[in-house]
Amino acid sequence: MKRIAWIAIGSGLLMQPALADELFFEATGKISTEVTFYAADGQFANQNYRTNLSLSAEPEFYWQWNEQRDSLTFSPFFRKDQRDSERTHADIRELSWVHLAENWELRTGLRRVFWGVTEFQNLVDVINQKDQVEGLDKEHKLGQPMINLSLVKDWGIVDFYLLPGFREQTYAGANGRLRAGLVVSDDATTYQATNREKHIDLAARWSHSLDVYDLGAHWYKGTDRSPQYKAISEHGKPVLSAHYQQIEQVGLDLQATIDSWLWKGELIYQDNPQQNFWASQLGVEYTFYGIQETSTDLGLLFEFGKDQRGKKANNIMQNDIGIGARFALNDTQSTTMLVGAIHDLDYHTTSFSVEAERRIGDDWKASLEARAFSTGNSDDPAAIFDQDDYLKLTLDWYF
Amino acid sequence: MNIKQLTTSIIASSVLALSATTAFAGAAEDQGMAISKEAKARDEGWVDMTASMNMVLRNKQGQESIREIRMKVLEIIGDGDKSLSIFDRPRDVKGTAFLSFSHTTGADDQWLYLPALKRVKRIASRNKSGPFMGSEFSFEDLASFEIEKYTYKFIGEEPCAIGSCFVVEQYPTDKNSGYKKRIVWIDKAEYRMLKTDFYDRKNSLLKTLTSEQFQQYKGKFWRPSLMKMVNHQSKKSTDLSYKQYKFGNGLTAADFNKNTLKRAR
Repeated sequence: MKRIAWIAIGSGLLMQPALADELFFEATGKISTEVTFYAADGQFANQNYRTNLSLSAEPEFYWQWNEQRDSLTFSPFFRKDQRDSERTHADIRELSWVHLAENWELRTGLRRVFWGVTEFQNLVDVINQKDQVEGLDKEHKLGQPMINLSLVKDWGIVDFYLLPGFREQTYAGANGRLRAGLVVSDDATTYQATNREKHIDLAARWSHSLDVYDLGAHWYKGTDRSPQYKAISEHGKPVLSAHYQQIEQVGLDLQATIDSWLWKGELIYQDNPQQNFWASQLGVEYTFYGIQETSTDLGLLFEFGKDQRGKKANNIMQNDIGIGARFALNDTQSTTMLVGAIHDLDYHTTSFSVEAERRIGDDWKASLEARAFSTGNSDDPAAIFDQDDYLKLTLDWYF
Repeated sequence: MNIKQLTTSIIASSVLALSATTAFAGAAEDQGMAISKEAKARDEGWVDMTASMNMVLRNKQGQESIREIRMKVLEIIGDGDKSLSIFDRPRDVKGTAFLSFSHTTGADDQWLYLPALKRVKRIASRNKSGPFMGSEFSFEDLASFEIEKYTYKFIGEEPCAIGSCFVVEQYPTDKNSGYKKRIVWIDKAEYRMLKTDFYDRKNSLLKTLTSEQFQQYKGKFWRPSLMKMVNHQSKKSTDLSYKQYKFGNGLTAADFNKNTLKRAR
């Protein structure tokens, strides 16, 4: 019998992962309480409320064996929302087995992958579908089924992805805020591929660090994660249907880290049934360390997003500049704050955001997120958020 | 002796005194460098090391906060070390990992893995003087000691906690260092750094580090089990204790890349 080393929940013991021939197990995670205050009632039907309460849990179970060469991670996610039945949802963020060999590793199962270097959007980040009901920042993603072979070479890391099974984007329901006037129907989804969500998508990526440069290049062929929308009638009610087309895309990402400067760029070229286009996100971040003789760092961000499709792009930074100021207090509570604004050069509209967080004690974290949309231009697709200015307070408990 | 002779004589003796000082300073610099080189040489050849770090941060009121980090380090002869640090506590940063390729001259290469986003970020290493995880240790305090990072001056010999110590001033060569100088007490028997006084950019005493409970590994390498850093200006302190030092783990450069960073546990 293999001996099982437990880390009991809440115990302060630090265990060294996996001595030879032992199975290592660890359970961690967080539980979050979130309350959102809206500045006004919503502009659409069923949005006549100004507060919303929501709870979520994301445990992670981890096993490791075979002298650390094999591991299994299981991380489910649950959310219960006071108002929006579509936001009340569950997902498997990760259920994956990783096997390591000398110069390669094989990762199989549901996983999340991040590609990119910029801050306001990541054009090259194509593997996972967004869990959009979780927030507008696109940081929340659904677990994607995959087989991923990763090779470590002297000339970089090469990843090959076989992606069986597609996940539809999540949308706010009829009682949810931060949505379009019409609700996106789960039942009306259409696909270009005849085998619909069973289409097998493929991707490959090379990435490498050379001196001050971090470089990445990718190729992707398969179902577009961002759908096209069409207004249809469902049971006599107008709704939106999402249509997922097939695309082929190549892209580059680059960061140069030079003294206090980070120069960043992401570029994609996409071929889809409607048109071929390129899009880019270029930017720079400069950090002042230890401002005013304190430990506080201040980072200033500037980015510019451009999509060749212009106003027809299903990309909110089609011709937008983003600016931001990031404060890191470097204190015991790891207090940080990010203040930002995005200005649309096509519609002359601006949105503002503030994000801040601070640890409380050893196991809690409080965060604040506020957004204000000042469009005043009904042509701007972001005008659907005109009445949705909000302040969201979140308290996380980690175990 | 007339005025002119007196003046000449004063100038002459001043010049003599000046050249004597210069010659002495040169010798003090050489001696300071020689002691530091010997300390470095005696600590070469450890190949690789793993350890657990436990930090207790105390504020002025004595409130405590805990940090737990595991680290893997690979010695690179002729350049700075490669290291991978994995954060276990506090829990909100659990799974965060930090990969660093330090260099004897020029900027270090550093990447941070953020587990919630599955994102690897290349970060600027310019921030040497910033606090490490809110502690009284800055990034440069925890970096490997390299001869090229300082110029030296031998001050003298003093009795210290274990026997007799060389006292050497070390002046950082990096303009991004948070210090004007540091004064180190190195014991004459084993060349261990027992105590360090850190002076800020304005040359006022900022912090004192004392290293205790030294143990010898592989019959050669001395490591402290406890490092106490006290900030005299903020009255905060951090106790850093090392546990489970292990040398000769068979680590190679292949254990230090973005793939190992992403799966570090």
